[in-house]
Amino acid sequence: MTSVPMTQSSAAERDMTDGPYLQVEDLKVTFPTQDGPVTAVSGLTYSVEKGKTLGIVGESGSGKSVSSMAVMGLHDTKSAQISGSIRVGGTEVVGLSESKMRGLRGNSMAMIFQDALAALHPFYKIGGQLEEAYLVHHSSASKRDARRKAIEMLDRVGIPQPDRRVDDFPHQFSGGMRQRAMIAMGLINDPSLLIADEPTTALDVTVQAQILDLLQDLQREFNSAVIIITHDLGVIAEMADDVLVMYAGRCVEYGTTRQILTSPEMPYTWGLLSSIPDVTASTDARLIPIPGNPPSLLRPPSGCSFHPRCVHMDKVPGELCRTDLPELLPASSGTAHLKRCHLADPVGVYRTEVLPEIAPELVEETR
Amino acid sequence: MTQDPNARAQIEPTEVGANAAEAGDRQLTAERSPETPDAYGSHEIGVEGLDFATLAEQGHTATMLDPLAPAVLSVDNLKMYFPVKSSGVVRRTIGHVQAVDGISFEVPKGGSLGLVGESGCGKSTTGRLITRLYKPTGGSMMFDGHDLAKLSAREMKPLRRDVQMIFQDPYTSLNPRHTVGAIVGAPLEVHKIVPKNKVLPRVQELLEIVGLNPEHYNRYPNEFSGGQRQRIGIARALTLNPKVLVADEPVSALDVSIQAQVVNLLQDIQTEFDVSFLFIAHDLAIVRHFCPEVAVMYLGKIVEIGDRETIYGRPHHPYTQALLSAVPDVKQAAVGGRRERIRLEGDVPSPINPPSGCRFRTRCQFAQEICAKVEPPLLQIGQRHKVACHFAGELGSHPATPVTTELLGVDDQGSPVAGATPSNTQLTIPGYEDTWYDLRTKQTTGA
Repeated sequence: MTSVPMTQSSAAERDMTDGPYLQVEDLKVTFPTQDGPVTAVSGLTYSVEKGKTLGIVGESGSGKSVSSMAVMGLHDTKSAQISGSIRVGGTEVVGLSESKMRGLRGNSMAMIFQDALAALHPFYKIGGQLEEAYLVHHSSASKRDARRKAIEMLDRVGIPQPDRRVDDFPHQFSGGMRQRAMIAMGLINDPSLLIADEPTTALDVTVQAQILDLLQDLQREFNSAVIIITHDLGVIAEMADDVLVMYAGRCVEYGTTRQILTSPEMPYTWGLLSSIPDVTASTDARLIPIPGNPPSLLRPPSGCSFHPRCVHMDKVPGELCRTDLPELLPASSGTAHLKRCHLADPVGVYRTEVLPEIAPELVEETR
Repeated sequence: MTQDPNARAQIEPTEVGANAAEAGDRQLTAERSPETPDAYGSHEIGVEGLDFATLAEQGHTATMLDPLAPAVLSVDNLKMYFPVKSSGVVRRTIGHVQAVDGISFEVPKGGSLGLVGESGCGKSTTGRLITRLYKPTGGSMMFDGHDLAKLSAREMKPLRRDVQMIFQDPYTSLNPRHTVGAIVGAPLEVHKIVPKNKVLPRVQELLEIVGLNPEHYNRYPNEFSGGQRQRIGIARALTLNPKVLVADEPVSALDVSIQAQVVNLLQDIQTEFDVSFLFIAHDLAIVRHFCPEVAVMYLGKIVEIGDRETIYGRPHHPYTQALLSAVPDVKQAAVGGRRERIRLEGDVPSPINPPSGCRFRTRCQFAQEICAKVEPPLLQIGQRHKVACHFAGELGSHPATPVTTELLGVDDQGSPVAGATPSNTQLTIPGYEDTWYDLRTKQTTGA
């Protein structure tokens, strides 16, 4: 694609001959506040292989974005305390110096943000912003190369007349086009890891479908590892290979998309599934909200952090939910499926109690 | 603010502190709930000891259609053109944004009509026209024997009680410098319905209805979470016992787990107070759950309207089909991969200079010559189903020749046929007729 050698990413690729491209282990992110430390993420472990997509779901404040920003090294190291290990293509990112981090960021990993209008600089032309992203990592490239690359990327993400639109300002683009431009900027250096933080939340369904198609095509083309952060379980179902469900800074369920969405074993995941109507669901399906509000991370609940909102606590003997934090243990449906819950028979509870209320038409099929 | 020092102490710390305030709420309600077990309070709080069966019972299934309900609001050929001014000293009008261009529909009494479409299609403008935040350019909106479109501001005032609005963003639609009591009570004072000393009891009653703690009337909006703020917005809309509520994207700014709480609350309110809803949203799944009848808008026009089963099960307009196929489906997880979808290329055209004929033709895969020449009428093709398309048909079986030619008196290319008289069945009325045009037989039939 380009004559310029890409030193960092090619080095990273060599290290990356085996194992997942991104490996996060026991990640903990703590921010000091006036009222004491807030642990936004704790004990988070996951991995993403090249060519695979990981979906992260959870409410706002559950630590989805904080954990991804830690991967990108976007937290202020002076205030945020990050412990654990994040390995991107074999390179340990936690504790890496800012200058080395800058070499990785935007080059072997990139991020797409939710609000493209806020993420793009309003004062500079789209083309200029794309060129900058390219020139930073290709010091020997000329301005003309960068411009050609910018036009090529805009064309690649499906912006009509890219040679003219390259000189437009962000406000002259429609919402969907701005999101495309940001994807172009993220992909201009062929990153091996792409983190999309709510990439389609502000968009119409038709545009959302276009952007998701584009992301999938590009992933196939560049064989990159993708993390997609969203609260739309439909997007997860159609995009992700694996799903990580987060609650109050912890992973509460982790498995393949099929395992998580067809046989979830954690009441919070049930709650997410039951609180979202579906376009194809039976009209007899009930909409059952998760009661209460997300907990304060300043004073997280004791035991299982979901227990104050959990409606299945009566099935766990004693005060276990209030006192003991459940471990992330293998679930019954498969080896790769992990859940953090004290329930003894989650599959039975889901099939006999939850499913008849939220998807009566599925009850027969699963028996 | 200073009247309640205890509450203040709980709330002060940082932004996450709002949750501490909620913990306070929970305690207060837990104390209250034994003697007043109200149905609404449980939506927000009182989680402790709640089991799944009880929670499930409070969740609602999709709202059902009442086919016999009379129309409470009847909108006929409603138009809103916003002038586009030239730059310079003399700002002449050089064009119009045809935000809403001749739409007709009915909102049934105690029922709800959903309005869906992409951003910029005019669905929010429609909501603002009905609440008369804008004065329409043309058309009529019959409500309670009055044409809301023609009333002056003064004549409108008594009717504003009956038509209220719930806004999208609970962070910007509540005045941060007013207490909740002032916000919810303001309509009572504006309309001078109750004496001053009765305002507070009514405010507290309303807060209780929407599942908030009535003691919190002297708190400020920033002390509440997003879901709670939206409840305040709903309480304000309910203050004057409205007959019609226009809900403009009432849940799209809320967190997923909170959305269902608010939708269930709106369903409770609907059955309790017999309010009719015009429910504007771009989330097709929420609309499907809440509205037994749905209208699909595209570029200022209704392209298809009908009951839920028809619109979601057997849509006849290519746009509705594309819109539905674009929605990601959770059930796809069992199959894996993406769903087959109809790809719509490009963006919505500019409403300043919309395409001739059918406005969707520039993005439609079935578009032919006739679509550019003649605008398709919104034709009733079923008992409760109208569609505006020359090639209307179920997905995969769109007809090869236009279905509307005989009615419009044109040939297949859209040129007028000499001597043919356009049938008047194409005139769109707000509601549904007893007879309709059958697409297969091309005859007018009845039930």
